[in-house]
Amino acid sequence: MKDSNFIISLDHISKWFGEKQVLNDVNLHVKKGEFITILGPSGCGKTTLLRIIAGFVTPDEGSVEIGGDRMNDIPPYKRPVNTVFQRYALFPHLNVYDNVAFGLKLAKVPEEEIEQRVRKSLKMVNMTDYEWRDVESLSGGQQQRVAIARALINSPEVLLLDEPLSALDHKMRKDMQVELKEIHKKLGVTFLFVTHDQEEALTMSDTIVVMDDGVIQQAGTPTDIYNEPVNAFVADFIGESNILNGTMLFDRKVNFLGHDFDCVDEGFGENVPVDVVIRPEDVYLMESPNKASMFEGTVQSCVFRGVHYEITVITDEGYEITIQDYNPFEAGMKVSMIIKPQDIQVMHKERTCNIFEGTLVDETHVEMLGIVFECLPQDIWQGEKLDVLVEVDFDKVDLLDDIDSAELTGDVRFILYKGDHYYLSVMTEDRDYVYVDTNDVYDERDLVGIKILPEDMRIRKADK
Amino acid sequence: MKRNFLAKAYIWLLLILLYAPMVIIGVFSFTEAKVLGNWTGFSVGLYKSLFTSGAHEALMSALLNTLIIGLVASTLATALGTVSAIGIFNLRNKRFKAAMNTMNNIPILNADIITGVSLFLLFVSLGVTQGYVTLTLCHVTFCTPYVVLSVMPRLKQMNPNTFEAALDLGATPSQALRKVILPQIKSGMVSGFLLSFILSIDDFEVSVFNVGTNGLQTLSTFIYADSRKGGLTPELRPMITITFVVILAILIIMNLRTKTNTQTKTLK
Amino acid sequence: MGKIKQFFGRRSSWSIPYLIFMLIFVVLPLILVVFYAFRSPQGGFTLDNIKTFINEKESVNTLLYSIGIALINTAICILLGYPAAYILSSSRFSSSSVMVALFLIPMFINVLMRTLATVALFGFIHVPLGQATLIFGMVYNYLPFMILPIYTVLQKLDRSYIEAAQDLGADSMRVFFRVTLPLSMPGVVSGIMMVFMPTISTFAIAELLTMNNIKLFGTIIQENINNGMWNYGALLSLIMLILIVLTNLFNEDKEEASAAGGLI
Repeated sequence: MKDSNFIISLDHISKWFGEKQVLNDVNLHVKKGEFITILGPSGCGKTTLLRIIAGFVTPDEGSVEIGGDRMNDIPPYKRPVNTVFQRYALFPHLNVYDNVAFGLKLAKVPEEEIEQRVRKSLKMVNMTDYEWRDVESLSGGQQQRVAIARALINSPEVLLLDEPLSALDHKMRKDMQVELKEIHKKLGVTFLFVTHDQEEALTMSDTIVVMDDGVIQQAGTPTDIYNEPVNAFVADFIGESNILNGTMLFDRKVNFLGHDFDCVDEGFGENVPVDVVIRPEDVYLMESPNKASMFEGTVQSCVFRGVHYEITVITDEGYEITIQDYNPFEAGMKVSMIIKPQDIQVMHKERTCNIFEGTLVDETHVEMLGIVFECLPQDIWQGEKLDVLVEVDFDKVDLLDDIDSAELTGDVRFILYKGDHYYLSVMTEDRDYVYVDTNDVYDERDLVGIKILPEDMRIRKADK
Repeated sequence: MKRNFLAKAYIWLLLILLYAPMVIIGVFSFTEAKVLGNWTGFSVGLYKSLFTSGAHEALMSALLNTLIIGLVASTLATALGTVSAIGIFNLRNKRFKAAMNTMNNIPILNADIITGVSLFLLFVSLGVTQGYVTLTLCHVTFCTPYVVLSVMPRLKQMNPNTFEAALDLGATPSQALRKVILPQIKSGMVSGFLLSFILSIDDFEVSVFNVGTNGLQTLSTFIYADSRKGGLTPELRPMITITFVVILAILIIMNLRTKTNTQTKTLK
Repeated sequence: MGKIKQFFGRRSSWSIPYLIFMLIFVVLPLILVVFYAFRSPQGGFTLDNIKTFINEKESVNTLLYSIGIALINTAICILLGYPAAYILSSSRFSSSSVMVALFLIPMFINVLMRTLATVALFGFIHVPLGQATLIFGMVYNYLPFMILPIYTVLQKLDRSYIEAAQDLGADSMRVFFRVTLPLSMPGVVSGIMMVFMPTISTFAIAELLTMNNIKLFGTIIQENINNGMWNYGALLSLIMLILIVLTNLFNEDKEEASAAGGLI
């Protein structure tokens, strides 16, 4: 059944490399002609996803359709897609002409036609007259353009670009972004672009797909993603935001930073814990005192960033937030701040506390996260092993620096600053995630010991 | 200044010592004296005798064997070595890869005599009569590791994406291999081939145990047997001289190749 | 069926033919050496061969003598070769790779031819063959093998180390002994590997240069094998093999390229 709307359909794609699951039930539908970017940090699975579409990797589960045809068992050389690689992968033993003509020669296109098309291709990437040059004599940007010409000359249905600009310097990158966008507009070919640079994604794409840890976090237009991130990860990844703990009091009223604010979100319920996202440029700063002030603070630092100033303010309630402003505010100055309702983005908390699956092995011991923890005597103990759920609040997980004395260890994966504390996700050896609120400063990949006291565990029977 | 002069003098002195024996043989290859050291007037008689005289059929046939085995073994070693280098390079399992590399290094690190004796015991245990084929196999055994070591670095410095790029552009795996991988490792293959050839025609200790009892001789085993009979067959003098000149030429050519390669690279 | 096709499609499977080849032609023969070493003429397991070796004064003496010659040879090669490598790698000569090539060419000529040429030389200048000529012949043969690795290491030596030492106040002597020499040690070790063991195992040189009067360990291995005493010969080979393994373990830094002596 050919679905002519979507040029690429990925359904329920999962992939494991050894024991590690790299892609987890990923569903992606790409519209014909659009410029779609898959955005995420290293290791999130975006390159693997691209390689599955290109045909270099076979998914363990799920189906790949290009142009309506099932592609799972089709090798890369038979797929109507072409790839631009991160490090260009130009053939060093061939000159520019032969590189670009490579695909056409394999397809046994007549020589005159090849000449014409190569010329056209090179013109499109502004590399005319470079035909006979040795590829190793070209600069990075030039090589990249040849790589693009080499891919596009075969008139693919989709052009896959695997972080093609990451090896270029800043200025070259900016120029290439513009050029790529122009080529896209001119040719109308579907572009699937992979990058970890959110600015790049925001600049170039029609649609952005944000990925982390093998799962699609959010898909939408750049404005949607920027203004309405669905969770803390997306919010943190796109732009530099302030992400704070808050409570949705009722529709259109949220409490955070110790104050009640009007906002535009509804449907969260009453007195529900939420995450609140405030973009640095959305906080209005004025010298204190000011009649319109919503809350007050003191400037801690002010750094010039070329276009704006990056100002760190400690609010009177003790929260640290980052603000961008075109005017400088001296350190030590007292300031008043305003946040407009439409600039407050409220998001569902993915979780309000840790919930671990475990087994009650006797009245005072529960097995979870791969080891046995001591717990308070449980009434539900009836003499045989019982499946349970153990809830532990984020601030009740202790992190120890001395790994040797800890029974459970893990490494810090994700750090979110919540204004007055850090919210960490720590991954254990068994690949379980433990979420922790702490005031201590940690770095990604720090090894820590994990301790949970018996009195901090709330245990209840797991419903089947 | 003095240091400079001393240094150069030292080098030249060493070189003179190194080449003296070859020069002497070279000089005395142009005279027909039976005993080396006597000069009976300039003559290319020995050279003529070397190539035409039937009495030295044995020497010429040994030379022919050496060259044939050299070419065949080098070709086989280059083919096997290249395929294996690609295979080992693409291995994921670290322990298996390390084991393959260790095994590959054994003939290199091992003394030739052990390689020779161990292969001899192999053929004897299997009851295989030793001859051309077994000797060629022996040569392939000690040549292939050098090919692998020549090709590996080229594979390592190759952009790994070029193979995929070829597939992406429509090449089947075998086309990609031929059009993209082989051209990039060509220089490693050529060095490996040349090295194998030289090692093969130079070899003595492996061959001496594996020529068998059917009269097969390589140049080395011939010379060895000949020298034991006492005295140096005069015709060996031109033979040695020619070998010397040929090897000199090959190495100079190889040297020039790498020089022009680096020069053209810097020109661009 | 698909899995099998996938297996053969993967390039890593290309190593399989070589694996089989090496098992047959490299591993199995070595196992046979061990096997034969402990085999009696009747075919059963025996330690007699070891006993013969220990008791036969000649064998043990030959081994010790061979090791002695090898040590002398290695020492002389280092003494002569290091300065040569050093001079070659220094600015006067490094632009001319022809000079280096000239030192390497003898390496590629048949060892027998080289040795015969040496014999001819001695005949020409009327020097009797014996221990002295043996040592000369050994040095003559192995000097390039010592020069090459040392040269390779010295050439790749980062000049900044020397400049840093000079900057910190070291004169040329100090620079050499405290910086250059220690940093060039891997090359020296490589050279030792290429000279020491091969000296013990080559028999042709000894035979030709001493009219078979002096026997090295390699010679007696060859004699035994040729005379059909495969078991004893295998045992002697095994001893040599153990020596090789020991000397290789001594050189932990097993960079393959250095093992091939920078031939590539």
